[in-house]
Amino acid sequence: MAAAEFTTPELQDFPAIPALKPDAMAQSKPFVASDKINAAIGFPGELVPDWEQKAVGRLGELLKKYRSLKVYLDACVHCGACTDKCHYFLGTGDPKNMPVARQDLMRGVYRRHFTLAGKLFPKLVGATELTREVLDDWYKYYHQCSECRRCSVFCPYGIDTAEITMAGREILDSVGYGQKYSNEIIGKVHKIGNNLGLPGPALADTLQGVEEDVKEDTGVDVRYPMDVKGAEVLLVTPSADFFAEPHIDSLIGYGKVFHAAGISWTLSSKASEAGNFGMFIGNYEQLRTIALRIREAALELGVKRIVVGECGHAWRVAYSFWNTLTGIGAGANDPFAVQLQSQLDHRHKQPAHICEVTWDLIQRGALKFDRSANDHRIVTFHDSCNVARASRMGDTPGGQFEIPRAIIRAVANNYFEMAPGTTHEATFCCGGGGGVLTDELLELRVKGAMPRMGALKQVADQHGVNFLATICAICKAQFTKVLPYYQFNRGMVGGVHQLVSTAIRLGSND
Amino acid sequence: MSAATIFFAVLFYAATAILVAGLALKIADYFRTPAPLKIPTTPAPTTTGGVVLRMLREVALFESLFKSNLWIWAFGILFHGALLLVLMRHLRYFTEPVWFWVGWVQPFGLYAGFAMVAGLLGLWGRRFLVERIRYISTPSDHLMLALLAGIGASGLAMKFLMHTDIVAVKAFFLGLMRFDVQPLPAHPGLYIHLTLVAALMIVFPFSKLLHAPGVFFSPSRNQADDPREHRHLAPWAAELEKN
Repeated sequence: MAAAEFTTPELQDFPAIPALKPDAMAQSKPFVASDKINAAIGFPGELVPDWEQKAVGRLGELLKKYRSLKVYLDACVHCGACTDKCHYFLGTGDPKNMPVARQDLMRGVYRRHFTLAGKLFPKLVGATELTREVLDDWYKYYHQCSECRRCSVFCPYGIDTAEITMAGREILDSVGYGQKYSNEIIGKVHKIGNNLGLPGPALADTLQGVEEDVKEDTGVDVRYPMDVKGAEVLLVTPSADFFAEPHIDSLIGYGKVFHAAGISWTLSSKASEAGNFGMFIGNYEQLRTIALRIREAALELGVKRIVVGECGHAWRVAYSFWNTLTGIGAGANDPFAVQLQSQLDHRHKQPAHICEVTWDLIQRGALKFDRSANDHRIVTFHDSCNVARASRMGDTPGGQFEIPRAIIRAVANNYFEMAPGTTHEATFCCGGGGGVLTDELLELRVKGAMPRMGALKQVADQHGVNFLATICAICKAQFTKVLPYYQFNRGMVGGVHQLVSTAIRLGSND
Repeated sequence: MSAATIFFAVLFYAATAILVAGLALKIADYFRTPAPLKIPTTPAPTTTGGVVLRMLREVALFESLFKSNLWIWAFGILFHGALLLVLMRHLRYFTEPVWFWVGWVQPFGLYAGFAMVAGLLGLWGRRFLVERIRYISTPSDHLMLALLAGIGASGLAMKFLMHTDIVAVKAFFLGLMRFDVQPLPAHPGLYIHLTLVAALMIVFPFSKLLHAPGVFFSPSRNQADDPREHRHLAPWAAELEKN
């Protein structure tokens, strides 16, 4: 398919609030999942005949299961605080990309069918029937949200559009109007074990290749083991780390850290994927089933620790949801969770982020670095949205900001922050998160990256920044694709553990 | 006993019943609906005490709104703060003897009446002047502001333009509280003021005014950030583990 022509937005230091351009992105629509893709994961193959009734019914069910949805649909006062916070709105000017307007696509239907005011006076309160036009708007605009939660930071009631988007996608799936990209990947993770459909033998080959490359590069036998029973650590990482550039350089870094610290570790062919697209489509059962693979792998391999690689949404699922979904965590007293929790070593956080592991080792003096090895790099750090606003690292709130930065400062000499208001909890999404990292949404992805690209340009111009460090597989893939649209080198994005990998001194040379 | 007195007595009993019962049902519904996943917007407090402080800052200072938009914050806090003072001032109509601190707030409550209307007009102005907010505004958003501004304006009018017999008004409301209806002064400004107030009470549980109880139930604000330390499981999600 040929993506429609579009113009890359102009960059400013901080994005100006655009004038409204109604329907500017009305043509942006991801491919609809085929009959086969939907059926493979238990959704109706195509739009069911009585979709209106079914969709409203599903909304009613979700309202009983999710307090977030119910409160968020009721509480909005249309104050407008969120209207200039979404990167997709800033990049496109389409008013339906204002978080409140995106929510109102569902709120109108909620009011019409579930509130007295909407039943009696629909026009007055903006209540609407779920017409085919509205359903298509759901499909388009719930796939122009990356579930990044920036709006929820700024909402006086904490209304999180990601929750509405997830509910919207869940309802669409329940009537057979799912998105090809996410649903196809979910099918692969069930069938093969990872999002990229990389089977076990191919994975083993890749890891062997990595070992050879690292040996050639450093002269040291760093191992990248798979399915090793009795290893201390199970590393679960996004499958992009196994072969995509620059992702693989971070995988190399994780291995070097474990090697230097003398920690035995393993990957799992069964759980060869940290990403969990069940969250993107808001389906609890999918979210849970996908997460249970990690539990099974941990039980089979008998590991003491579970560590998660550089992946934003995966870390949200692991940190915030794994204990709920699978019992990976602490503090449970039910038999299901205790079975696993009694196996895990609770002197360590369960699960732990690879950055927590590395930072802990650095603080204990277990790792040695030659920081000058990174002197050709002038680094800035992009906070990945789901790490920043939906998770934590370390013991104190905000550890998710401090720990990756502390690692970068420990391994590199040149570091500069991007402008306040574009980092930490106010970070701008890369533009490709939450299930929109697909080629037919390229216009959306390029335009949605505009706020981040503007902040990057500022530090590139002022400080000569030439390396955009991040800890998310989607950020890495998205930036690799969109950087050239803004006249940046696509190779300037990389992982924090890529920097670690460059600077770390392995056993033999100290 | 005039027809108007009976009308307003019935109206206020009905409005109070709808407000209390409607809110109680809504709050019970929020309370009973589970939040299956841990979704605090981080960085978030890690303890319940921290969550209480976060909520206090949110409710008393509008912390998130302050980070978000200073104009909306300024008008919003002006309106809500002034409304609080005005409500406190009005407690003198419902207490005998008047509580000592209600006596103290009387002069502040008076100026707050102007501040309240000014805040409302500021918020209302933004609905016309700011393109983005004009786009998202529904007729009910305007009506709600009209209702509140009308209440403020009619109240101020009775203080400064056309006095009513507030001793009798107080006797009327104390009487309502004792189920002993007393005559309400015949006064057009008072009739307008009371009608609008009753209308506000009636629409409260069915409208966006639910943001007031809603904020306390917002999972992104009221959850502690401790998912690794405690297993959080909704009843319907626990059912899945039995299969």
